[in-house]
Amino acid sequence: MSPDVGLISLFFASIFTSNILLSNFLGMCSFISVSKDFTSSNGLGLAVTFVMTITTAINWLVYHYLLIPFGLEYLRYIVFIIVIAAIVQISEMVIERMSTNLYMSLGIFLPLITVNCAILGVALFMQIRNYNFLQSVIFGLGSGLGWWLAIVSLAAIRKKVDKSPVPGPLKGPGITLITIGLMAMAFMGFSGMLNVQ
Amino acid sequence: MAQKNWIAIAKDNLWYNNPVFIQILGICSTLAVTNTLINTSIMTVGVVFVTGLSALTVSLLKSFIPRKVRMIAQTLIISFYVIIVDIVLRAYVPEVSRALGPYVGLIITNCIIMGRTEAFAQSNPPLLSLWDGLTSGIGYMYVLLMVAFVRELLGFGTLFGFQILPDNFVNWTIMVMPPSAFFMLAIFIWILKGYMFRKEVKK
Repeated sequence: MSPDVGLISLFFASIFTSNILLSNFLGMCSFISVSKDFTSSNGLGLAVTFVMTITTAINWLVYHYLLIPFGLEYLRYIVFIIVIAAIVQISEMVIERMSTNLYMSLGIFLPLITVNCAILGVALFMQIRNYNFLQSVIFGLGSGLGWWLAIVSLAAIRKKVDKSPVPGPLKGPGITLITIGLMAMAFMGFSGMLNVQ
Repeated sequence: MAQKNWIAIAKDNLWYNNPVFIQILGICSTLAVTNTLINTSIMTVGVVFVTGLSALTVSLLKSFIPRKVRMIAQTLIISFYVIIVDIVLRAYVPEVSRALGPYVGLIITNCIIMGRTEAFAQSNPPLLSLWDGLTSGIGYMYVLLMVAFVRELLGFGTLFGFQILPDNFVNWTIMVMPPSAFFMLAIFIWILKGYMFRKEVKK
């Protein structure tokens, strides 16, 4: 049932060749608005990776052991988003208890993750592609890392772009989109290495 | 007064405060579907439907929803409409539904819808919210259709699946690939904002 994909190649493919952001366009809103600042991008990347790995695992279990046996597959959107919201809430409380420093540095970004399309997207992709449990977890982790890598590199590039002369109407979002486009092209260069669908 | 208000909302959503090229919202789930016009039109119609009706519903229910749980309540309302869209698409246009893949479900996390319900429908009467939702959906629709027009024309030489360009035209493969979506959107932002700036200077 599940596709025959090696775990290692799946891991690297989800980071580089089928990067959730640059080839599937997911998580753009927070990607564009947060990447102005390096520190907060780093924090958000960490939080996304963490939440994505955990929610993918839980959503897989919920989908296969709750929704399929009861024939409720059409409820998956609602169930997935509730699981994500719940996990975000719980991890917010856990992080607050365990490390105040990390909690402060994540700040507003943690609750915002609930509406990050990349998280829901990974859950839907793993369901559509019929990944088994281990593949889903690896896919979630890899996509999270890929998102983190992309946002941190964009934040670094934007620091330079801010100081460059850019035509007026293209300032801000316009030039950022062009930068992202160039990054997407660079990441496409990896696609000869691996191809996982 | 009321009349003017309605027009002002429409102008804002379609042009001065367009969700796509001014606010850069909701491009996540949809840049991916702009490689053919058919997919884009169906997807954007879905978004307009969901934005309008969920704004209406949130506005109708706003006095019953406690403030603390309003986010999750909004998300549930939005998912309800998205499930309807998904079921309708699967029933009537199964091949488009398959091509769109997970992106129909991702309408739930489309920031425009969340933004409109949170920023507008929470504090405005139902019909005005419906209008606001519909117009911002349309503001989103036309920008994406322009992007899809160029991408399909240059990438496949077709429009809505019909061959437009002559056979000896070499397709621009890059136009079907992800990066071109970013480039095209950036170019449209450039043109539209440039036009807007020039008008402001003239004033």
